Amino acid sequence: MTRVHDMGGRFGDGAINPESEDDPIFAEDWHARALAVTLASGFLGQWNIDVSRHARERLSPKDYARFSYYEKWLAGLADLLVENGVLTLDDLRGAGNDADHPLAAHALKANNVAAALSKGGPADRPSNVAIKFEIGQPVRTARPAANRLADGGHTRLPIYAAGAKGRIVLIHGTHVLPDSNAHGLGEAPEPLYAVAFPASELWADPEHPDDEVVLDLWQSYLEPA
Amino acid sequence: MPHDDHDHPHALLPPEPALRVKALETILTRKGLIDPAALDEIIDTYQNRIGPQNGARVVAKAWSDPGFKAALMKNATPVVADLGYYGRQGEHMVVVENTPEQHNMVVCTLCSCYPWPLLGIPPGWYKSDAYRARAVREPRKVLAEFGVTLPQETSVRVWDSTAEIRYLVLPMRPEGTEGLGEEELAALVTRDSMIGTGLPKVPA
Repeated sequence: MTRVHDMGGRFGDGAINPESEDDPIFAEDWHARALAVTLASGFLGQWNIDVSRHARERLSPKDYARFSYYEKWLAGLADLLVENGVLTLDDLRGAGNDADHPLAAHALKANNVAAALSKGGPADRPSNVAIKFEIGQPVRTARPAANRLADGGHTRLPIYAAGAKGRIVLIHGTHVLPDSNAHGLGEAPEPLYAVAFPASELWADPEHPDDEVVLDLWQSYLEPA
Repeated sequence: MPHDDHDHPHALLPPEPALRVKALETILTRKGLIDPAALDEIIDTYQNRIGPQNGARVVAKAWSDPGFKAALMKNATPVVADLGYYGRQGEHMVVVENTPEQHNMVVCTLCSCYPWPLLGIPPGWYKSDAYRARAVREPRKVLAEFGVTLPQETSVRVWDSTAEIRYLVLPMRPEGTEGLGEEELAALVTRDSMIGTGLPKVPA
């Protein structure tokens, strides 16, 4: 019901093989370039973070699995640039023109980088949706895990936590709802909670009876349990 | 509506990744949509200026100053912002404290969410399929691969970063560090200890 990116709990990926803390943070020069081109393009203001996450998630499962991390970013970026009318297919083919673009005035300049990165983009918003749950209250997540506003759309409820019973541990205030914001349907802010689930509620063979997984979940993903 | 056309525009770019990013950068630069000097600046920021040393300073201060720690645990975002650590991917910070009873560990199963202003860009393993898939289901086996074995009486809480809240683990202060100042303490705080896949170094 969700997409290929939703891999929490999956079997078969093998060992993690963590690199040393002293290794360079960009293993290849092009990784750094891919990150920078993606961030700089985002500052053109043609999409939001939820749209850009969804662009990576809806790569074909075959591409998602074979692309390395920054290849996913590049593919998502190229798709977004065309879908939002910033570039044309001819541009990507190398057959476009080099005339100054109408959005060129919005291009991020070197002397604005520090300010732009440190400004951030908070996701909390005032909302008229009342906070319905309190700390400690038992809740159950929706099942199936799916976007209810756009079929096949972006959602942040992973499959492994669908239909599970947990309890509220933190109330984060009211935040932009990705299920809406990723699809041009508005920010639709609503209450966001941290919900703790016993490992035994999520997995057939939990490692330890007291272990828990905590997820940040929006109010519309939850019902009282 | 989600776009599910099977001819993704990205397929028109060169397949080899280094050429692919070069092609995209060239197209965007020619149209005035990006400034290569701005790209250099972004890279320099995350390569040299913003990294785990920021988070380590926060942890060392929390170990040294009970008032700071109390404020940090209550509402981390303004407290770390006062130290200059705020910005992209760190707009909503929550600090979770390790104790003898509970060990915390952070993952993003759906993508790669990570507290950039405090830890910088996530390492490759944090973004790997193996970590994303396994951290929530078998955190103890994952920890063992990082060389960490927890006592049986310690429970594990794995935080899956599914929203814009970013989590930083406050590790336990190592024994034998009573006389150390903040700078010496910060040198013991590893990146992985603030993700929860490692423990701080023990003074030599």
